[in-house]
Amino acid sequence: MLRFIIQRCLQAIPVLLLVATVTFFMIRMAPGGPFDNERAVPPEVLKHLNERYHLDDPLWKQYADYMVNLLQGDFGPSFKYPTHTVNDLIAAGFPATAELSLYAILFALVVGLTAGVFASLRSNTMQDYIPMSAAMIGICMPTFVLGPILLLVFGIWLGWLPVAGWGQIPGDKILPSVTLGFAYAAYIARISRGGMLDVLSQDYIRTAKAKGLSTARIVFVHALRGGITPVISFLGPAIAGLLAGSFVVESIFQIPGLGRFYVMAAFNRDYTLILGLTIFFAFLIVLFNLLADIVLVWLNPKVRQDLGGK
Amino acid sequence: MSANTLPTALLDSEKGRSLTQDAIARLKKNKMAMLGLFVLLFMVVIAILTPWIAPYSYEEQNLDLGASPPSAAHWLGTDTLGRDQLTRIMYGSRISLMVGFIATAVALTIGVLWGAIAGFVGGRVDAVMMRIVDALYALPFTIFIILLTVIFGSSMLLLFLAIGAVEWLTMARIVRGQVLTIKRQEFVEAAISMGLSPWRIITRHLIPNVLGPVIVYTTLTIPSVILLESFLSFLGLGIQPPASSWGSLISGGVETMEEYPWLLLFPGLVLTITLFSLNFLGDGLRDALDPRASKD
Amino acid sequence: MKALNFLFLISLIGFTLSGCGERKTLVDIGTEAQILHIGNGTEPAEIDPHTTTGMPEYHLQMALFEGLVSKHPETLEIIPAVAERWTISDDGLVYTFFIRPTAKWSNGDALVAEDFVLSWQRALSAALGNQYANMLYSIKNAEAFHLGKITDFKQVGVIALDRLTLQVTLENPTPYFLQILDHHSAFPVHLPTLLKHGRMDEAATRWTRPENFVGNGPFVIKEWTPGKVFSVQRNQYYWDAATVRLNEIHFYPIDQSLVEERMFKAGQLHKTETLPSSKIERYRQNNSPEYRSNLYFGTYYYAFNVTRKPLDDVRIRKALAYSIDREAITKHITRGGQLPTYALTPPDTLGYTPRAKMIYDIDLARKLLAEAGYPDGKGFPKLELVYNTSQDHQKIAVAIQQMWKKALNIDVSLQNQEWKVFLSNQQLLNFQIGRRGWIGDYIDPFTFLELFVTNGGNNNTGWGNSRYDELMRLSTSAKTREERYEYFHEAEQILVDDAPILPIYNYTTNYLLSQDVKGYFPNTMDYHPYKYMYLESSKKGNN
Repeated sequence: MLRFIIQRCLQAIPVLLLVATVTFFMIRMAPGGPFDNERAVPPEVLKHLNERYHLDDPLWKQYADYMVNLLQGDFGPSFKYPTHTVNDLIAAGFPATAELSLYAILFALVVGLTAGVFASLRSNTMQDYIPMSAAMIGICMPTFVLGPILLLVFGIWLGWLPVAGWGQIPGDKILPSVTLGFAYAAYIARISRGGMLDVLSQDYIRTAKAKGLSTARIVFVHALRGGITPVISFLGPAIAGLLAGSFVVESIFQIPGLGRFYVMAAFNRDYTLILGLTIFFAFLIVLFNLLADIVLVWLNPKVRQDLGGK
Repeated sequence: MSANTLPTALLDSEKGRSLTQDAIARLKKNKMAMLGLFVLLFMVVIAILTPWIAPYSYEEQNLDLGASPPSAAHWLGTDTLGRDQLTRIMYGSRISLMVGFIATAVALTIGVLWGAIAGFVGGRVDAVMMRIVDALYALPFTIFIILLTVIFGSSMLLLFLAIGAVEWLTMARIVRGQVLTIKRQEFVEAAISMGLSPWRIITRHLIPNVLGPVIVYTTLTIPSVILLESFLSFLGLGIQPPASSWGSLISGGVETMEEYPWLLLFPGLVLTITLFSLNFLGDGLRDALDPRASKD
Repeated sequence: MKALNFLFLISLIGFTLSGCGERKTLVDIGTEAQILHIGNGTEPAEIDPHTTTGMPEYHLQMALFEGLVSKHPETLEIIPAVAERWTISDDGLVYTFFIRPTAKWSNGDALVAEDFVLSWQRALSAALGNQYANMLYSIKNAEAFHLGKITDFKQVGVIALDRLTLQVTLENPTPYFLQILDHHSAFPVHLPTLLKHGRMDEAATRWTRPENFVGNGPFVIKEWTPGKVFSVQRNQYYWDAATVRLNEIHFYPIDQSLVEERMFKAGQLHKTETLPSSKIERYRQNNSPEYRSNLYFGTYYYAFNVTRKPLDDVRIRKALAYSIDREAITKHITRGGQLPTYALTPPDTLGYTPRAKMIYDIDLARKLLAEAGYPDGKGFPKLELVYNTSQDHQKIAVAIQQMWKKALNIDVSLQNQEWKVFLSNQQLLNFQIGRRGWIGDYIDPFTFLELFVTNGGNNNTGWGNSRYDELMRLSTSAKTREERYEYFHEAEQILVDDAPILPIYNYTTNYLLSQDVKGYFPNTMDYHPYKYMYLESSKKGNN
């Protein structure tokens, strides 16, 4: 197991280098530079700006310089927000994004697993249809629709909760967490129901049933382990996706997180900020996929054998 | 799956036709699934016939009328430019259904094959393939799309590829996870020991046995693909006004949901109905294709 | 499952109600404490007045800095600021400013004439990369210094005659020179603070951090958390601190106007930066006193790329320009009280209203199209209109597309582009018809007409006219206002006759303003100095 983890960590290095390299050249190919503005920048000014940020160097040299700095953990200064370094901006934005994602995933797991498991126990009855229909609606309902609806109802009409901010007014963290977690709860409900149904039809469960074990015992002791395997596979990328996808929620609720910076950086052609955030997210994605795989192995001895043996 | 079902599993490939017939028979018995199928077929037929049966032209404006609630002349109301909403939803279905099905099919094909191969072959190949998936996950999607539009212009084909290119990643991970779990089961090991080619094992034994989660995930992918399309239009890829799609109607409707709720309600409703149908059909298919389910 | 849902709902409600005992909103609390909460567009890139370009940054600079002169908040007349008075020589070339002895920096240092000399030297130094350096080009030799043709700043027409007297010599008489002094590129910066954190001509050093910052405006920085808030508090050393009544201003970076509107409704903002056009109708119908709409000194127009067929034919350009119903666009689509316009410069620009006008005449447009070889639009080649992605631009484009279809029977396709892609295509003349807009930098027709000099940096149409260029040159050395305006009228006529552009409407600013905010005056420059604003509860009874 330890060897497996070390191996995976070593594999992460080429992944991150690959991501950094591809992104570096990709953003340079995108039209429009960081200083392009509605009002044309006078050529003599542009020349000085390019010099300052070494954009007049040959591309290979810019790349080499960037990689050298990167290996020292330095993402460089932001182009759009020049008094901030990318490291500063990540440090400033990550806590809000992480906290939001954490609440959202907890909400999704609690609601989603409960609904999925209950539905699978009485498949094709009302206990199945109602939560699964709700889940379908949850999936159809993108955050950019759900967020404004929740805001309209709880923020404007009822006036119970603040409509924007993060940690500024009491209760302002509830709606964004629910909005972000809702779709994931729905996915988890559907996936866990599917996984549970698969497991419940397996022979060892039928044997357990035949032995007259209680439903609770069957579910929690025998079925759940196998049943939530697909949920775990989903969770790794989902958490990473949650971090990156929090952009919409962060914009709707005015949360000072990384997602908003990421998308704005792409639109602003803020080269260093895009790169820094991409690499940072890549790191998180690798990390969470690794965690998901570890849990997967731990839940399934046969896979463990498979991975550990090699 | 235990040893006593082994022969059936191994024979899957040999008597495919009868199994398919079997599955169809089971599907026909599932009322919800059949209802879903009919609704979807109905949608597709409407989408195809739209140019001939739409009550108005999708671009015809009536600025003096502006946004109006449902009425006898406009069953689903009109948008802020006075265009008939029913017509725009009907035309939108042509784009959205096509995007939903084709892009998902692209994602499905790549994702399932990639995940199954990685999971089955294992070892170095698995590591490299999955790390590629990790890397692709991390690339900045917005910049990727902007580049595509700049290099190739704005075409529908590109739209399918772009969406397919991002949506297959999660599919691949799910399938790989499933394959890892089942590849140590007896029927696969038996198939290996019988000397069947890896391709045959993957396509005939592994993939059919991961279909459950795959179908579930597919029914979930189609809606997100339909909505993703509106974000890509935002970046300049895909349909251009005055053409409409469900995604663009919905994202436009959100903005004015307080003032003109029908502009969000009806496109949202149509999308929801489609997804419910898909979902029922998906569940039905899943049950029908699963040999174990029939025994319950 | 149902039970669980129910439990969750109950706990949710319980949790929220517990936080709701206090009915006071952020705005109510702010009003009591003289803390203004306003939406401020995007995250400020920087606050150094010599390197920024955007409106969000300018709003902050208005609170943190002050120029030699400023504008009256209501009439926009030039009024004394750091300079208590000034004299202008008869030939209009030499300005002498007398700096008020009470002017101070926010650390207590005296503000002297030499500060302006050094600040402007910095603003004009090439290495700084100041995109607005050309605002100071009317000063003698300023352009030559900025372009590196001369290196000795003593040759530039700015000199401190004594501690509190500043003399400025201009290249040409420039009627709008005093207005430029209220532009951020003419604001003074505190050199000793700058030098503590880097070179004088170094951009993006840490001198603008809240803990380091020194300015001379009515407020100083309190907090700057990217993505969350930029807040300022009173500057006790400000010479006119007695006038300032607000204790703090909190500027929120809110990219989406829908978010702002919601925050305003929920009592989290005193003022929004904008109001989306889709929301205007509602506020209008309700006669909401919080909805404000003011004419704004800008023009929304389409530009034709005259280097591309078929737009190289002036008849085609005119046919397109004459066949759109601008009234319908402002009435049904933009809805914010915008003025339909038929020329480039907005009306009544310091007494100048363009005489030249395009017309709305479908018959004439059809005739012109037929003359150009496309009777009833037959055989009309492919034409594409591009705009940067936005619901509002899209609606206008869709409506105009339909108007052309109806009037001329031609099909024009639409293409939206992501902002930077759009900009780069416009600059490379890689388009046929492009959406444009221009907001004047100062109140003078020149700020608009200057756009279309041949190969001008913001022309981007491929169009040029030698007489037009000559008129622009002549206007800079005109002796009287009448003479200048005659040049402008002639230039505007050329623009209307040659139609490289299709003017659509003059902008308005649309926003929501709490009735608690006093000392706020509408004007065409969207100029709202914070020093005059204060808050007073407008609520009757206990609400």
